[in-house]
Amino acid sequence: MTVQGGVPDTSEARAAILERVRAALSAKGTHYPRTDSPEGRPSDIPAPAGTTHAVTELFVERVEDYRATVVRCPSTGLGAALAAALGEASSVVVPAGFGTDVPGQLLRERDVADVHAVEGIDAVVTTAALAIAETGTIVLDHGPGQGRRGLSLLPDLHVCVVRADQVVLTVPEAVTALRPSVMAGRPLTWVSGPSATSDIELDRVEGVHGPRTLCVVLVE
Amino acid sequence: MSRTFVGMPTFPVAAREAVADTQLRRNLGHATATIRARRTAAVGEVDDWEALRVKGAQAKDRVLADLDTYLLQLEARLTEAGATVHWARDAAEANAIVVAIAKDRIADDPTPEVVKVKSMATQEIGLNEALEAAGIHAWETDLAELIVQLGDDLPSHILVPAIHRNRAEVREIFRREMVTVGRPAPDDLTDEPARLAEAARLHLREKFLRAKVAVSGANFAVAETGTLVVVESEGNGRMCLTLPDTLISVVGIEKLIPTWEDLAVFMELLPRSSTGERMNPYTSMWTGVTSTDGRPDGPQDVHVVLVDNGRTTVLADVVGRHALRCIRCSACLNVCPVYERVGGHAYGSVYPGPIGAVLGPQLRGRQGALEQSLPYASTLCGACFDACPVRIEIPELLVHLRTKVVDDHRGGVPTPEAAARKAGAFTFTKASRLEKAQRAATAAGRLLGRRTHLTRLPWPLSAWSEARDAPAPPTENFRQWWARTRAGDAGDERGPQGEGQ
Repeated sequence: MTVQGGVPDTSEARAAILERVRAALSAKGTHYPRTDSPEGRPSDIPAPAGTTHAVTELFVERVEDYRATVVRCPSTGLGAALAAALGEASSVVVPAGFGTDVPGQLLRERDVADVHAVEGIDAVVTTAALAIAETGTIVLDHGPGQGRRGLSLLPDLHVCVVRADQVVLTVPEAVTALRPSVMAGRPLTWVSGPSATSDIELDRVEGVHGPRTLCVVLVE
Repeated sequence: MSRTFVGMPTFPVAAREAVADTQLRRNLGHATATIRARRTAAVGEVDDWEALRVKGAQAKDRVLADLDTYLLQLEARLTEAGATVHWARDAAEANAIVVAIAKDRIADDPTPEVVKVKSMATQEIGLNEALEAAGIHAWETDLAELIVQLGDDLPSHILVPAIHRNRAEVREIFRREMVTVGRPAPDDLTDEPARLAEAARLHLREKFLRAKVAVSGANFAVAETGTLVVVESEGNGRMCLTLPDTLISVVGIEKLIPTWEDLAVFMELLPRSSTGERMNPYTSMWTGVTSTDGRPDGPQDVHVVLVDNGRTTVLADVVGRHALRCIRCSACLNVCPVYERVGGHAYGSVYPGPIGAVLGPQLRGRQGALEQSLPYASTLCGACFDACPVRIEIPELLVHLRTKVVDDHRGGVPTPEAAARKAGAFTFTKASRLEKAQRAATAAGRLLGRRTHLTRLPWPLSAWSEARDAPAPPTENFRQWWARTRAGDAGDERGPQGEGQ
């Protein structure tokens, strides 16, 4: 293996591995049997019917199961809901494209060259790409209003604004809806409750490295 | 700094030591029972879990059936997205690649270091030791891995590597060791899990903010899109995947899944099977070098190392290859009656439990005594298959591997077991021989009085009785009973007189 400019040349190993794979699969009697449904796609499973209202209620219940907070508000009350969710946080980082006025001492994302600078800020507000009711998950594709990934990671409080019409019922629905974001090369972050660990005697502790408090503001 | 599994004793030897450790058994019993209950509840919520398992198994089989094509597709997508793809035939090559990249980026730093996300592949190849040998510190950032690393210990479970440690032991390790490698543990540290987690948060934060290079694995690699996926709980993964300049991901070639939509199946199967949650707290998905709305987001120097290290050998075995479906959820460990009692260390590798017993001898070969003993580290009860989210028929694989171990020993000096089997075959092929043997056994049984079990047998039978009780032979067998009670009916083939007449 030669190394040039810090990049090793592994073309020999590449050829050898591909050759081994082909040999393993082409010898007599080693073919994989073809399954009847080569396109075993999850979206084949029909999603159970549910009204928008039922989906929203399920989402709230499941998010609260993770010991995250949910604040519900009408679109006209978003400013007040944000103020309530931010509580005593004295500094807040606001992503580019976040459309609502945020109270408090603000750090704008456009003034943040390097996300390391967010360390020490108390809270972050973001929107989301969508949310999943069955699992109580919010998904960020880091589009406008959601910020670079580090923004929603370093502060200790994450306030995430989700519109009721962004909540889908199942994981397969969410994955299908997220395809355009992935094809556009966007990273995704799936968040289900505050960071947690069960590594010590399997006692669940909320809050290790990510935000120790997650507050979902649901706009209905 | 952590110890390695090299030179481990065979399973029965290691198991005897583990079973005698009552603290370990208490910790393990509590832990496995807790996760089992959580998994049962989380799986029970899904309407058709079985259909999901089938889809998971099919998606993995589709990838493995055309693995060369999918690997090339993944490589092409990753390259288009700005990542550099490297290939490694074995552990040594993979380590050399990571060390070369890391050295180039940080060799001039006063204390060269990388931060690591928990990854089975990097443990398998012994990357931390290779980095240390090159003068680079590798910091494990998963809480359990941190406990294992600071305690100079070995992981004992895929999901909760420090499952064998209780809170008091963790507190001691933190107080003693954190100060030697960075920010010390707080003076008033108690053994509350929340306080211990806080200590880890403070200790590692400075490392996350300082590190220039991160090393990760990947739970899944989507061939169609070039997207890598890391599933985690604590946020240490997100830190490593977004803050440093350079990201090196070490990915086994069996981690691929075909399409983006297939990912949905695994995002349902993995968290419910693994931690027994509807969804794990954090999942990161990224495709090569990423930017959001024109601003760089995360590492801009991205490398993916595709590792074989025995996997193509497994692929060539039409029965054994099913083990390559494994998504490292560890559900099979928690339901295994053997694992629950002996814990992970006895399996002698980073892959413990039933899946380790079938992966170890296949990935590393069957030359070692430990690898030869692993296929026997099971009662073949089948609980592991029932729990497996991708339907790996582990009991079938274990029997398959036992056959191979036996075949390996054909010719040459027979093992005591082979000699015993031969003697058995000789006895059973002729009725008069069997009768003689039975007469001898019942005579021995009469000498034993009222004992119902034999706990210790003389050599070479001691090999059997070391791990099992043997029932005492009966004082009378069927033939003898028949002769005694029906002595006058010799020759009457219809059985006892008068019946049916």
